[in-house]
Amino acid sequence: MSASSTAKAPAFVATTKAGRITDFVDARVGGSGILREFGRKVFPDHWSFMFGEVALYSFVILLLSGTFLTFFFDPSMAETHYDGSYIPLQNVEMSVAYSSSLDITFDVRGGLFMRQVHHWSALLFVASIAVHMLRVFFTGAFRKPREMNWVVGGVLLILAMAAGFTGYSLPDDLLSGNGLRIIDGVIKSIPVIGTYTSFFLFGGEFPGTAVIGRLYMLHILLVPALILLMIVLHLFMVVVHKHTQYPGPGRNDGNVVGYPLGPVYAAKAGGFFFIVFGVVALMAAFFTINPIWNYGPYDPSPVSAGTQPDWYIGFVDGALRLMPGVIGDFHFEYVIFGYTLTLNVLLPALVPAGILFTIMFMYPWIESWITKDNREHHVLDRPRNAPTRTAIGVAGFVWYCVMWAAAGSDLIATHFHVSLNDVTYWLRTLFFIGPVIAYIVAKRVALALQRKDREIALHGRETGRIVRLPHGEFIEVHAPLDEYKRYKLVGFESPVPLPAVPNDHGIVTRKEKQRAFLSRWFFEDRVAPATPAELEAAHGHHAPAVEAAEESKSLSH
Amino acid sequence: MKALSQKRRHPLAAIALLLMGLLVTGGLYAVATTVNEAKASTTSYSANDTAEGEKLFAANCATCHGMGASGTQDGPSLVGVGAAAVDFQVGTGRMPMQMNGPQAYKKPAQFNDEQTHQLSAYVASLGAGPAIPEEHLLDGQGNAAEGGELFRVNCAMCHNAAAAGGALTRGKFAPALADVSAKHIYEAMVTGPQNMPVFSDANVSPEGKRDIITFLKQIEANGSPGGADLGALGPVSEGLFVWVAGLGVIIAFTIWLTSRTS
Amino acid sequence: MGNHSDGSPNHSGTVATAGQNEVEKFQDPGLPPHRLRLADTDPKAAKRAERQVALLFGTSVVGTLIFLVAYFAIDLGEGADIATIRLQNALLGVGTAFAMLGIGTGIVHWAKALMPDHEVSEERHAIRTEDDRQAAVRIVDDIVDETGIKRRPLIRNTLLGAVALAPLPALAIFGDLGPRPDKALSHTMWAPVEGKLKRLTRDPDGTPIKASDVTLGSAFHVIPEGLNELHEGKLNEKAKAVVLLMRLDPASLNPSKGREDWGYNGIVAYSKICTHVGCPVALYEQQTHHLLCPCHQSTFDLTQECKVIFGPASRPLPQLPIAVDDEGYLVATSDFKEPVGPSYWERDEHERIINS
Repeated sequence: MSASSTAKAPAFVATTKAGRITDFVDARVGGSGILREFGRKVFPDHWSFMFGEVALYSFVILLLSGTFLTFFFDPSMAETHYDGSYIPLQNVEMSVAYSSSLDITFDVRGGLFMRQVHHWSALLFVASIAVHMLRVFFTGAFRKPREMNWVVGGVLLILAMAAGFTGYSLPDDLLSGNGLRIIDGVIKSIPVIGTYTSFFLFGGEFPGTAVIGRLYMLHILLVPALILLMIVLHLFMVVVHKHTQYPGPGRNDGNVVGYPLGPVYAAKAGGFFFIVFGVVALMAAFFTINPIWNYGPYDPSPVSAGTQPDWYIGFVDGALRLMPGVIGDFHFEYVIFGYTLTLNVLLPALVPAGILFTIMFMYPWIESWITKDNREHHVLDRPRNAPTRTAIGVAGFVWYCVMWAAAGSDLIATHFHVSLNDVTYWLRTLFFIGPVIAYIVAKRVALALQRKDREIALHGRETGRIVRLPHGEFIEVHAPLDEYKRYKLVGFESPVPLPAVPNDHGIVTRKEKQRAFLSRWFFEDRVAPATPAELEAAHGHHAPAVEAAEESKSLSH
Repeated sequence: MKALSQKRRHPLAAIALLLMGLLVTGGLYAVATTVNEAKASTTSYSANDTAEGEKLFAANCATCHGMGASGTQDGPSLVGVGAAAVDFQVGTGRMPMQMNGPQAYKKPAQFNDEQTHQLSAYVASLGAGPAIPEEHLLDGQGNAAEGGELFRVNCAMCHNAAAAGGALTRGKFAPALADVSAKHIYEAMVTGPQNMPVFSDANVSPEGKRDIITFLKQIEANGSPGGADLGALGPVSEGLFVWVAGLGVIIAFTIWLTSRTS
Repeated sequence: MGNHSDGSPNHSGTVATAGQNEVEKFQDPGLPPHRLRLADTDPKAAKRAERQVALLFGTSVVGTLIFLVAYFAIDLGEGADIATIRLQNALLGVGTAFAMLGIGTGIVHWAKALMPDHEVSEERHAIRTEDDRQAAVRIVDDIVDETGIKRRPLIRNTLLGAVALAPLPALAIFGDLGPRPDKALSHTMWAPVEGKLKRLTRDPDGTPIKASDVTLGSAFHVIPEGLNELHEGKLNEKAKAVVLLMRLDPASLNPSKGREDWGYNGIVAYSKICTHVGCPVALYEQQTHHLLCPCHQSTFDLTQECKVIFGPASRPLPQLPIAVDDEGYLVATSDFKEPVGPSYWERDEHERIINS
């Protein structure tokens, strides 16, 4: 395909039509180098590698459907009386923004479909980013040299949430209006600058007549532009680093095994765009999302039961719900130096999200400091082979999920017929002990899975066939693994704790002691991979010998 | 048989089984919770109705509400609650209560229309109270848009903007209003059953109530233009759906996409 | 595995292989042998796959047609009913889904079944070469050196100062996004105008409420008289002024000192705006006398002057002092005695001004 050509004397003449076109374009833009680099670039294939693509494709769908919506949407907060075709809102006083959203829904052919495509793909966009990040975390793909890209990905998550929230508010319906009011309340709780910020955002008192237009500008211009910029950076770094791969026979840190971009991988990835679009279209065809006609226009007096933000803001809303305003006689709102400090709003709105994002951004550096691991990693860890990291991730995820569930505490109460107050009490408890339990359980499960791997690597797979030996003993026949399958189970690193070492001056610093302590915490419980000697022993002798070998190798309990 | 047992070992078998189980349980639950609605009744009482009602009351209600409906520790006095209250509570099966709890649940009515009518007659005879609404207020021919506005201001905070219900404190809840008859909606507004506030005619006029009923019946009949409404519960059910169904289907596709063809 | 556990931190080669303890580790057997697909060996299978791919592309064409038919054949026109809109939405969606899934699954099936499926191993190249690295570091050092910024601290410091201050205009220019917050948050429409007390009126129609209308157990959603006639800032005023009016048995109210005459015969009025983050606290349980906010479940006890008994709010709901005028209508005797709604930094200051 790629034809090399120079301006004067083409030594190589393209013969096929595709070749000639390539040649023509290349002579004018000079892309042969790029094509040579990318045309056959190898990409590893695994289902869990596809979530980043889902996010990218959702974003493309968002741009397409969003552009359509801008042609009909009017972000004005001027008052009007609805005269469209939805009877239950006939002649109701509302803003132009809400009225034009209703017109898109009921009077523009395909408008409802586009709205639903836009909103479903928005939810999918953030969800796929979240799952992609979980995959990257649990497989250790954030390690050197990909730390920066992990940070860019984190920024993308925040931008995606910002895009979602600004869009959620645009129709100016009762649900999103109350959402904005909550945001206003949170902003006002910020010390010193809170009231000013609120007045600047809303152009005066809440709700004012400015905020929808401002959010619209952020939603269709600033935030998408930043997302686009970050996506370019993200993909650029993916190209520089090449993709990671799962461990397995033939795969190591020095190579990348998979399918070449052209044609197989490009076909799969390209086809996958249409599949994602198709799935979103199916959801938009059959499932209502954001039924703004139910909510009615924004009015500061009414509110609907079950007023919640979209799922990605849910954890903040849940944290707001979990925080008690008063404990005994202690009020979390109090007056200092004549000014009001509202900790019952400020703490839950900022602290959990702050902790989550700070740890998320810093994690690659935290881990490499503890483990002193400065090597490049291109082969992923199976989550079970990094038990402590997996446990940390699960603990964080559970913590997030507790807050997330709290955002639906009223629906949990009504649908499971329990008391709303009890749901809150339970979730408050889980907020503190949930992550601890999750950490312990996840770590034990990871270690157990590692032991199971060892067992299978040494003794083979259980066949379920029970055989009675001549002397009467029953045994289950184990089928030995082939060497490729076995390598997958044994080919991983199992670092041991790194004791504190003195620095150049021969002193063990306090920081180094702390690092050593954390290193012990990180690697103390470990299951070493099976070795050829153990396999030999397992085959050559009977069970007791193997067990002894296992004892001596695995320090865990 | 062999084919079946082979299929059982298929990796998707567990999922199929799970789905089947869920469907069956859900279906049974739906059947079990279907409630027979009491039909509208007339509002004239004869002396016989009152006398029969008193007997029914003594046999079924007096344990908690006391002889002569004067109330006990277990149940409030019913003097002056009116026929509408009885028709609502008994007609929706909330009374007689199965057990004391945060709130009385809707269940299949224990008394037939005639008995309900007799009980209403008896309680109405004890003291003046809201009567059973007239037919023309229940016809659903009012102004849906005005009803919608009244509904959002007065009702949506508990019952949800799409009347899908919502939680109250300590195990109490505001029920969903789909499948509730116009008469029972009206009666609930005028009598304020349990923790629901009373919306007397001085608060929301009879015409306003008619508009509210019109609005409710209209959105119920319309359904959602966008397809299945996911319970009309708002962003929580939408988020759950995108995580479970949306991502689920996409993950299924990614697994197919990256698997090897045989 | 050795690299790591031997404790030396300096194994930072770009490529790490298990080098040291070869005996202890299993050898990498390399890529498993390639397994041929049915379509690679059997021309019939290949032909079948080809037809399947074509069929999938055909499905896409059908989908596109469904979309076009649904778009042009179903006319929404004036007053189209919901069922028509639902039908059109479903058909447009199904059409799009078929059109997209047909192409997508077709291409993927093509790639999986017919394109070469040999896994290829490609060498990873280091992100940079040692030469480049040294050159880059040297270049940066040279550039820094040639500017002389290290030798001339005066230039450096003045530049830093200038750069640090330069963004200030960019901040200042946003100063007109909104007015400075004045005392607007501390008062509402309920303040009597020229001695005339404001009547309590029904939300949304604005009709006044007689004390006798408010029966035991009822709850009225209330706006101040004249709100609906406002032309400007109606929602701003409404956002502060909405009130919930309820009637309880007077014996169950326990007014504190100075607030005995804020209610009338068991009728009390409280701000509907939550003191947490401002949702309308509109859920009134008439038997327990609790008010519940549907957004974050703050619960206020009406019998204790709306003290917080559950949830994230920290401050009671402000009470509106009410009385009855000579025509029997409920009126507010004054504005709220404290700012309503969520707390803000200057709140306490405003409260002191109101009460002085």
